[in-house]
Amino acid sequence: MSLLDVENLWVKFPTRQGVFDAVRGVSFSLDRERLGIVGESGSGKSMTGRAILRLIRKPGIVEADHITLEGQNLLALSEPQMREVRGQRISMVMQDPKFSLNPVMTVGDQIMEAYLLHNNTSKAQARAKSISMLEAVSIRDPERVMRAYPHEVSGGMGQRIMIAMMLIPDPQILIADEPTSALDVSVQRQVLDIMDGLVKERGMGLIFISHDLNLISEFCDRVLIMYAGRIVEVCDADKLHEAQHPYTRGLLNSLPRLDQPRKHLEVLKRDATWSDAQSVRGGK
Amino acid sequence: MTALSIENLNVWFGADHDRVDAVKSARFDVAIGESFGLVGESGSGKSTILRAITGLAPTWSGEITVEGKTLLGAKRDRAFYKTVQMVFQDPYASLHPRHTVDQVLSETLQLHGMQDIDRRVEKLLEDVGLGKRFRFRYPHQLSGGQRQRVAIARALAGEPDILLLDEPTSALDVSVQAEILNLLTDLRDEHKLTYLMVSHDLPVIGHMCDRLAVMKDGEIVEIMMSDDLRNSTAKHAYSQSLLAASAAI
Amino acid sequence: MSDMSAPNPTWREWLLTDAPTSRRHARLANFYQGWLSLRSNTMAMFGLGILIFLLLVALFAPFLAPYDPFVQSLGNRLQPMGAEGHLLGTDSLGRDILSRLIYGSRITLYIVALVALIAPVAGLLVGTVAGYAGGWTDTILMRITDIFLAFPRLVLALAFVAALGAGIENAVLAISLTAWPPYARIARAETLTIRSSDYISAIRLQGAGALRIITKHIWPLCISSLIVRVTLDMAGIILAAAGLGFLGLGAQPPSPEWGAMISEGRRFILDHWWVATVPGLAIFTVSLAFNLLGDGLRDVLDPKDSGQ
Repeated sequence: MSLLDVENLWVKFPTRQGVFDAVRGVSFSLDRERLGIVGESGSGKSMTGRAILRLIRKPGIVEADHITLEGQNLLALSEPQMREVRGQRISMVMQDPKFSLNPVMTVGDQIMEAYLLHNNTSKAQARAKSISMLEAVSIRDPERVMRAYPHEVSGGMGQRIMIAMMLIPDPQILIADEPTSALDVSVQRQVLDIMDGLVKERGMGLIFISHDLNLISEFCDRVLIMYAGRIVEVCDADKLHEAQHPYTRGLLNSLPRLDQPRKHLEVLKRDATWSDAQSVRGGK
Repeated sequence: MTALSIENLNVWFGADHDRVDAVKSARFDVAIGESFGLVGESGSGKSTILRAITGLAPTWSGEITVEGKTLLGAKRDRAFYKTVQMVFQDPYASLHPRHTVDQVLSETLQLHGMQDIDRRVEKLLEDVGLGKRFRFRYPHQLSGGQRQRVAIARALAGEPDILLLDEPTSALDVSVQAEILNLLTDLRDEHKLTYLMVSHDLPVIGHMCDRLAVMKDGEIVEIMMSDDLRNSTAKHAYSQSLLAASAAI
Repeated sequence: MSDMSAPNPTWREWLLTDAPTSRRHARLANFYQGWLSLRSNTMAMFGLGILIFLLLVALFAPFLAPYDPFVQSLGNRLQPMGAEGHLLGTDSLGRDILSRLIYGSRITLYIVALVALIAPVAGLLVGTVAGYAGGWTDTILMRITDIFLAFPRLVLALAFVAALGAGIENAVLAISLTAWPPYARIARAETLTIRSSDYISAIRLQGAGALRIITKHIWPLCISSLIVRVTLDMAGIILAAAGLGFLGLGAQPPSPEWGAMISEGRRFILDHWWVATVPGLAIFTVSLAFNLLGDGLRDVLDPKDSGQ
């Protein structure tokens, strides 16, 4: 049985002009692997991630045949039960750490709070655990970082702190929504390596959401390519560059490349049939 | 004659011990019709150079020369605005939320003392690949790529010679990025423009520019040809590491 | 507004279009969409309903009022509510309270309208200029604002009225003089965020001067938050006017200003409670209506939310 199984997921937003379907009948499953979801803005990739945690705000509606986490249907859970799942069993890392950390609390207090919330232990123990978590995400001087406020740390550091916080309760699944797109390339590398190590070490499932095809193809095991709320193609990440679907091909070809200079870049020509086609199943 | 020449440029913010030196002794020339790139990570001072040229960063020293005329302080005259224009990074922030496309473009044309505004607005929209039907829309009725096209149309309204491009595609999807970069390529040929382009994305700079400067911590560490970038013959260690990082990901 | 809410489907489609065809069309469509989101807010519509009702009452006061609000009838004084011919009773001089209430709505609207014209405009001017110019201009203008803010509002208004003389116009002036500083603060805060935005930089690079930037680019964005603030403050303004009236420094007898009516009724409040209570309820209702509307308007007009 797979870790997470999503069947026929829809995310709908009622608007004045009628119902807008952000995600349209997406099905996939996740094992202890790194699953990438790639697509352009508006393709529904972030909505898919949020819908799994039932984080879609009203008036948005999440519908699915099931979203099963180790045999337990998340859609059937009550809101308090769902809160247990969020954080404890599935964690999420957002794009910009600046918005995810509380600006008036020190980093240390926030990590310890997260730990104490999930574990019934003493403060001293929480502190020790927090420091070891910061060390696990390659923060060299955890004592100092514990005392710092979020605005005093750099973007890359902030994102590492977020990852540390998310990993404290030892979740089975980590959902990372564009975790590195606010960071410089050199820092991106470090954050990805840290995430990679943690996922492998702990045998977690990772859903990595990004618009960056190259990043996904290098970092993930399997990739879902989303377009207009549907999965148009599923492939092994290392074979992404041999992808078949014209949309994926178009995205790949529209990237400027240092090794192939040309005057005009290839422009993606959208085809109406892409969004009408049935969503591809993202299982193994 | 060079289109733009920067000599020993220092830009700083704040004073005394709060002072941050954003750009230190920068020096480069951009020839007429050339496309020059500034590459670096966030905080390297690449955008600050553009802001110093346009007068948006008032505290600088050194010499900035635009088409043979030396600039002073933060004041820029009308002739400057007709020569140099800028396209901003975030198309979601660079258009007034309460102004229609029509208002944005007609006001700009008016400021440049143009006649025949109605016809020119339509011509501008056509130039950037937006039809007439976009003319009366508000920014929130446009996609990111369409907004950036409007921003480019606004920059072109005064018929400038030099366009400063501050990460013009970094907020856009790759397919839209390709469209905007192609548009910029075409406009450069049509209007004989000189580009000074800032980006953190080496492939984008490599695609658009003939020459580029690599910046780190406010200093230009290396100026090279784009061909050097392609052949990976960067000399400075930092340029090599940037190149390696962007090739790896 | 009449053609806006017309049930004609083609009108509706025309107004909801994503691709307007002219300047007027764009503006109307934008306006209509704001109206639609306001309409979906029940409480705001309730407030708006009350205010429209108040407006109509003030407009048709001579037709609606059963008696002349100034005619005294001492034999008929302090009649209770529901007394024959006097739905809301009569006051200490035998004047019909309902008629006085109806005519009083004119005064209330007059005060509200004048204050709403003077205070936010003054605040907008001071705030945007201070915020955009910065430096010394900002310091001087904001310190003046602080001085005004430091006084309790009613006390300052009292001092002004005492200096200018009692009367409704002077009360309006006094209230406006005490009401503008918060608007200046809001406008300045908004201006500071707007000033550093890319679209202001962009228009500066087209050679636009400070005057054009402030009036054409900054004002339209500040005005919406000021409108919201004004509607929310209306209750306070009505109460301040009533307070001045109550203290005998606003509208002068025999004017049927609501605050002055409460003041008169105060003497009999234990035996003849309705004399003070009825105008009190009127003030309460109108204040509430403005607050509800202001809350709804905030959702529609807030520039941070619109456009998404």
